[in-house]
Amino acid sequence: MFGKLTLAAVPYHDPIVMGAVVGSLLGALAVLGLITYLKKWPYLWCEWLTSVDHKKIGIMYIILSLIMLLRGFSDAIMMRAQQAMAVGASPGFLPPDHFNQVFSAHGTIMILFMAMPFLSGLMNIVIPQQIGARDVAFPFLNAVSLWLSVAGALLVMVSLGVGEFSKAGWSGYTPLTELAYSPDTGVDYWLWSVQISGVGTLLTGINFLVTIIKMRAPGMTLMRMPLFTWTALLTNILIIFAFPMLTAALLMLSLDRYLGMHFFTNDLGGNTMMYINLFWTWGHPEVYIVILPAFGIYSEVVATFSRKRIFGYTSLVYATAVIMFLSFAVWAHHFFTMGTSANVNIFFGISTMVIAIPTGVKVFNWLFTMYKGRVRLTTPMLWTIGFLTTFVLGGLTGVLMSIPPADYVLHNSLFLIAHFHNMLIPGTLFGFLAGFAYWFPKATGFKLDETWGKRSFWCWLIGFYLSFVPLYVLGFMGMPRRMQHYDNPAWQLPLIVAAVGTLIIAAGIGCMLMQLFVSFMNRKANADTTGDPWDGRTLEWATASPPAVYNFAVIPEVHDIDAFWDMKERGLAYARPERYEDIVMPKNSWHGFVLGVVAFVFGFAVIWHIWWLAGATFVGMIAVVTARGCADDLFMVIPAEEVARIEDARVRPALPGSAG
Amino acid sequence: MKRNTASAFAAVLGLCALAALSGCSELALLDPKGPIGEAERRLIFIAFGLMLIVVIPVIVMAVWFPHKYRESNTEAEYAPKWSHSGKIELVMWLIPLVIVILLSTLLWIETHRLDPYKPLAGPDKQLPVEVVSLDWKWLFIYPQQGVAVVNELVFPVGMPLAFDITSDTVMTSFFIPRLGSQIYAMGGMRTKLHLLADTEGEYVGQNQQFSGAGYPDMFFPARAVSQAGFDAWLQKVKASPETLDMARFDELRKPGLAAGPVYFSKIAPGLFEAILGKYDPMTKQGSLQPASHGGHGGHGGQTGSQGHGQ
Repeated sequence: MFGKLTLAAVPYHDPIVMGAVVGSLLGALAVLGLITYLKKWPYLWCEWLTSVDHKKIGIMYIILSLIMLLRGFSDAIMMRAQQAMAVGASPGFLPPDHFNQVFSAHGTIMILFMAMPFLSGLMNIVIPQQIGARDVAFPFLNAVSLWLSVAGALLVMVSLGVGEFSKAGWSGYTPLTELAYSPDTGVDYWLWSVQISGVGTLLTGINFLVTIIKMRAPGMTLMRMPLFTWTALLTNILIIFAFPMLTAALLMLSLDRYLGMHFFTNDLGGNTMMYINLFWTWGHPEVYIVILPAFGIYSEVVATFSRKRIFGYTSLVYATAVIMFLSFAVWAHHFFTMGTSANVNIFFGISTMVIAIPTGVKVFNWLFTMYKGRVRLTTPMLWTIGFLTTFVLGGLTGVLMSIPPADYVLHNSLFLIAHFHNMLIPGTLFGFLAGFAYWFPKATGFKLDETWGKRSFWCWLIGFYLSFVPLYVLGFMGMPRRMQHYDNPAWQLPLIVAAVGTLIIAAGIGCMLMQLFVSFMNRKANADTTGDPWDGRTLEWATASPPAVYNFAVIPEVHDIDAFWDMKERGLAYARPERYEDIVMPKNSWHGFVLGVVAFVFGFAVIWHIWWLAGATFVGMIAVVTARGCADDLFMVIPAEEVARIEDARVRPALPGSAG
Repeated sequence: MKRNTASAFAAVLGLCALAALSGCSELALLDPKGPIGEAERRLIFIAFGLMLIVVIPVIVMAVWFPHKYRESNTEAEYAPKWSHSGKIELVMWLIPLVIVILLSTLLWIETHRLDPYKPLAGPDKQLPVEVVSLDWKWLFIYPQQGVAVVNELVFPVGMPLAFDITSDTVMTSFFIPRLGSQIYAMGGMRTKLHLLADTEGEYVGQNQQFSGAGYPDMFFPARAVSQAGFDAWLQKVKASPETLDMARFDELRKPGLAAGPVYFSKIAPGLFEAILGKYDPMTKQGSLQPASHGGHGGHGGQTGSQGHGQ
């Protein structure tokens, strides 16, 4: 009846896990209770859960991402605390079983359930507005993507209280993840949560690729697209090419685990390295999937806050495209120590190193955008400068490890951990946080508090160095990654420094939460009435904050890279058209949300081998999609008078005589 | 405010550097005990130095430009439309290009020179050791001496070592940081590694690839001793009553930790090939017949994944 699921799956005996479970449950109950108390269920259902509005979907993605950031970061604190303690005879406070789950969950969550939803959220909020479109190409598909991502994230959270998460690392190397070595359900949680949300990501990729290719405002040629749109375009191409490889690799692993096949086993003709190759043919492009859009954000932020056109637009576009192509030709640098011939390692080493050229070019472009500008040191700009100074160190250590003989000693050490955190924290997270602060007023109608934002930045930056410089040092001391305990007393001091650094980052996250709270309380004072709080350059600043459901009452015409800046200079920015027209927009739909719920139950059933339920929910998913396919009455018309009423209510700033 | 935070920042960096220097002799990779490790250390230093040519100016510009062109500094030049300069763009593509060309040349030469598969001496002048990684311990077979040891690696100083490596469990990585290069151990596959210690001493050997619950305990001492010391140690191993045949090996491979070194004075012939052959569907399971594919073929073909021929 319940497959492998029994009451024994709930870890009553483990106070730390139970604490996390009870904490998460109480948090969820408090939110649900509050919604009930405020009688907000109808509002939540009608305005959010069933919404196909890309801006609301974007906000929900970012809420998911921030919740998962908290979860993934608590894993980080536990790891740092454990390693700061567990020297010699001291066992620390996390037994190996738990520690191994913690680092596996940390990686899976931070990459797939923090960075990816953050990216999808920012693309959702910004891209249609930046290209002068009223919506994405496939609004309903967009809701499906969101709810599949939520379903995957929820499976990870459920693994806390029902059974266990994977103990085999976020990359799930075979044969450790095969039944012979990981017979329990942990690996299955990892498999199905990644698989389900991966489908959502792939759909997002298709959706935004089509949106950017087909829905740009008249006049916006490819070489007039804003740089965030450019990087998003290239990222979506990467998603479309890379994610199916992950899906296929995980599917083969599932066949091994569920049907006793031998794709990646040691024996009977399986090849474990084939999984590792397939994983990284997705995994390396994935790094660029999360990093390229952040590069786009930095490009927008640095131009806006230097009040200057971006330097070397064409160089930046080509550099990004080169990175996109090269990102498919470097995957084997993740296993130089596999025993391949020197020539294979040389190929992948040099192709890796070559990526440093376009990346270096981009860094110089950002620097020369500030040169001869008028730099405003706002929070987004601080994240950008923090990125520039920190990221080059990560680039340096990355090029170092692209040299195979150097990698032979640095591979899988804490030096590697420090390196990729040095890429992903400044490269991706700082970028997304810069974008968060930059576009927050656009999404919500009020600006974030600068004081708390700056406090958060400094805590993150100092905390980052304190956390990861010791890890570089530990790499030279020969400390491998993923150690639940160790005997070498010399490793403890740097690990304590790193733990202190993590606490400072925790303070940074605290400041972020405080910033959200303070900004919300002062939302009247911080309101962005014009829709253009930063004196922006691109089209998303032409809409109101928050934008009307249709974004643009009249689709703008583009004549320049900085389309909105150009409109402001020519005095056309807020011109009222003679008359408005009816606007057709998609109606809300329950199918996306329900599909997510059914997919979640399906995932849970497959993980626990509850076959009747898996069958029923599989049929259920097909039924929901069919129901959506058969539904008519999908659109609503916003009459011209309603558009006029909304637009006339909007504040239209008088443009200064000579704008700019 | 900016100045204060900048100096606080510098102080933090200084502290980090101090923490780093406090344990200099502990920096195993920077204090190698053999020629492979020394060459790898030199390579790291050269590459690091070359890259600083770009990294330092970037950091300086990233702090100097926003400071000089800050909004309140109205004296600074403001060129809002200036967004292209052929000269600057040429330089910004050329400098990274030149450095990458230099580094790539270095990479090419050194990757061939430090190829872990390349023997350090002729076949009769090196000590072959067969390494099998198990859950969660290391088995070292000395085929020429006819002995095997669990969790202790002893070898004469100055003697080139030729390791043949496999795993009878999940993938692991065989690594002695002070001697240099690591290489993966994979079930049913043979990888090779050549190392040399030029100083006597006891070094830490370890598994560098996460392999499950007992992974943090997969350390072993790697002792470089004099020839006399090595012979004495061999006598000690040979005094052990234990024989390592397939039955004993099956007991040994059960998941668990080894309390200390275990010595085997006799080994069943062809044991390493039999362990390799276990995973080959064409070989009878557990047979001590030499595996059909266990050729020591040319190096190019002996990649980890191709080693598993059918």
